[in-house]
Amino acid sequence: MLSYLIRRILLVLPVAFGVSVICFLLVQIAPGDPLTAIMPIDATAEEQAAMRAAYGLDKPLPVQYAIWIGNLFQGDMGKSIASGRPVAAEVFGAVKNSLLLAVSAAVIAFPIGIFLGFLAGYFRDTWIDRAVTALSITGVSVPNYWLGIVLVIIFSVNLGWLPSMGAGPGGSQSWAWDWAHMRHLLLPAVTLAVVPIGIVSRTVRALAGDILSQDFVDALYAKGMSRADVLRHVARNAAATALSVMGLQLGYLLGGSILIETVFNWPGSGFLLSNAIFQRDLPLLQGTILILALFFVAMNLIVDVVQAAIDPRIQRT
Amino acid sequence: MPKFLKGAVAIATAVALSCATMANAQGVLRVGMTAADIPLTTGQTDQGGEGMRFMGYTVYDSLIEWDLSSADKPSVLIPGLATEWSVGEDELTWTFTLREGVTFHDGSPLTAEVIVWNFDKLLDDTAEQYDPRQSAQGKSRIPAVASYEAVDDLTLTITTKVPDATLPYQLAWILMSSKANWEAMDKDWEQVAMAPSGTGPWKLESVVPRERAELVPNAEYWDETRIPKLDKMVLIPLPEPNARAAALLSGQVDWIEAPAPDTIPAMTGNGFVISSNAYPHNWTWHLSRLEGSPWNDIRVRKAANMAIDRESMMPLLGGLMVPAKGFLPPSSQWFGTPTFDPSYDLDAAKALMTEAGFGPDNRLTVKALISPSGSGQMLPLPMNEYIQQSLAEVWIDVEFMVVEWNQMINLWRAGAADEAVDGAQSINFTYFIQDPFTGLIRHLDEGLIAPNGTNWGHYKDPEMQALFEGIKTTFDPVEQTAVLQKTHEKYVNEALFLFVTHDVAPRALSPKVEGFVQAQNWYQNFSSISMAE
Repeated sequence: MLSYLIRRILLVLPVAFGVSVICFLLVQIAPGDPLTAIMPIDATAEEQAAMRAAYGLDKPLPVQYAIWIGNLFQGDMGKSIASGRPVAAEVFGAVKNSLLLAVSAAVIAFPIGIFLGFLAGYFRDTWIDRAVTALSITGVSVPNYWLGIVLVIIFSVNLGWLPSMGAGPGGSQSWAWDWAHMRHLLLPAVTLAVVPIGIVSRTVRALAGDILSQDFVDALYAKGMSRADVLRHVARNAAATALSVMGLQLGYLLGGSILIETVFNWPGSGFLLSNAIFQRDLPLLQGTILILALFFVAMNLIVDVVQAAIDPRIQRT
Repeated sequence: MPKFLKGAVAIATAVALSCATMANAQGVLRVGMTAADIPLTTGQTDQGGEGMRFMGYTVYDSLIEWDLSSADKPSVLIPGLATEWSVGEDELTWTFTLREGVTFHDGSPLTAEVIVWNFDKLLDDTAEQYDPRQSAQGKSRIPAVASYEAVDDLTLTITTKVPDATLPYQLAWILMSSKANWEAMDKDWEQVAMAPSGTGPWKLESVVPRERAELVPNAEYWDETRIPKLDKMVLIPLPEPNARAAALLSGQVDWIEAPAPDTIPAMTGNGFVISSNAYPHNWTWHLSRLEGSPWNDIRVRKAANMAIDRESMMPLLGGLMVPAKGFLPPSSQWFGTPTFDPSYDLDAAKALMTEAGFGPDNRLTVKALISPSGSGQMLPLPMNEYIQQSLAEVWIDVEFMVVEWNQMINLWRAGAADEAVDGAQSINFTYFIQDPFTGLIRHLDEGLIAPNGTNWGHYKDPEMQALFEGIKTTFDPVEQTAVLQKTHEKYVNEALFLFVTHDVAPRALSPKVEGFVQAQNWYQNFSSISMAE
């Protein structure tokens, strides 16, 4: 297990390097100019050239990459061109907010998804199964930004129960686990939870249905085991695969909430990324994508390790 | 004094104090901006006109400012930190007398030496206080400035490179930060950004990047009529239009900038107020004047202008537009009395096209650069499609090249001859036209042909060049206005652009917002605002 773990961690290094190259090149491909965000439109060609040189944007791409990666190894992610603030502070502050949102959505989505999936799997081909399937497909199919707008119209605009935007009365820096702040989290978290509810419930339904049709389940019943005990066995058998799906979903939740964060003006990594894209803020864009990609890689690693730990049948050599 | 009398005096004092507090306590205004971040707080703001509006003229002052007191007439320049100014006989050396007794929020006095320090902050890259971020915003605004000197505490001279009577307009861009505060912040602009100090009517109390900034009144502001009535103004970046509308409708903010036209009925239906006014904004098509461009024919330019029924475009924008009669809004003091009227006249437009050799069987095809969104773009796709349909009526077929706004800005800077524009002969652009340079000169000056400037179409005309020279060398404001009018008349009479519309800076306000006067300007005065109970 230890050697497996070390090998997996070592494998992360080339993946991280590949990710860094792709991050760097992807943002260079897009047309546009980061100086647009920081210079008046009437800036002369000479002033633009001076600013381009000041930010090192006049150097060849391989040189720019070497400088960027070199600084990265020294813990310096550079400064945002648009805001002038350090990229690391910007990204980690935003990732913290996104993590809060993603974990809240996961806390809502995973138990509901598991429960609905088991229900549908256990009562396979009954009206319960069909109802859960319909719900799951709806959850996966409905564009979540649209759902977010609808929820805002209902709960914020019409009913006035919940706020429509922001991360609390004083902003995310003064976040606290009280109702004044948590009410800001509710609508975006619920909106974000809808897709993983659908995906997790579909996965668990398939797993539960499949396991329940296996011979060992009949054997368990034949031995006189109660329904609850049998279900516990089914749950353990389904756990490894379900966990890997949920791990990936958590990664998607963190990196994939760009639209939800925009709709709810939630100051997370998606919101940051969206603004960085529009402003062509290359250092911020590279930094955000890199951190999110590495988070995804880390999530995969954790899932692999936990999977192996909870299911001895999964042999890692 | 008897005890009861002392008690009575104490109670009376307490009541008086509490009444005074109540009189000042006129609420908190929460503003949803279109910007995605809090504008740069150190002095010279970023984020264009919105940055200057909310973080520029609030926290800071310039030597010369815009009069924001009236909604009924175009804004003009008024004394700011300088009470008077004049140009010497050499037409190069300007002398400014500074306002006496002005202090920064940190208590340090405003002197001519501090003004010089501020110019160095932008222009002298060897100066200790040189700030590349502020320089990027400010340097290009004052191209005329060659040198500057503090004569005494309250007298400053500025020398221009060549005679340039537009200097006062240029100086209205330049905001003065506190030298003492910068020194107190370890000479670190990043620290200053979190606790800046200007001389403006508002003090920045706190800032959370990308989320909010809180401004409180500067009770010692030098202009008593502009001491804010509110207790606080909170600025919240809300770049997404639907999020802005929802925040207003759900009571999370009291004011939003630029509500989307389709949300306006919901707002007015719920008692919100739409405030708007004409202001120096332009939504136009620049035309290529390179050899071979069909827009070189004045008949085609005039016909295209007369083919657009601008009044019928109004419902598309919820009525929030001023149909163009020229390059500047009709209410502008520089509009003049052009002889060409670009109003809708299909028959006249067809006649001109026929005269130019075009017709149903010999249609003209032009290519136009447009963007699906962008700063001040209003509703660019439906508006441009409307223009496309209108021009088709006079046998002009428009082929669009759609690019994202950031790239559009680059293509505007690149100019019509650049291969990146892929042969496009027109570009739809929107911008600030508040002063002689941004309003007129920069678009057609020979010296500013792209990529040296924003003369996108490579226009050249000695007569126009002489007019621009006249603007710069006419120091009497009344005479200068006459030259500006003559210049604009030439713009219109020769149909040098496709004149379409002007925005009216719509903003949606809670019915609780009282006392706001929307000036015909990109900047606004927030000091007169209070919140009803």
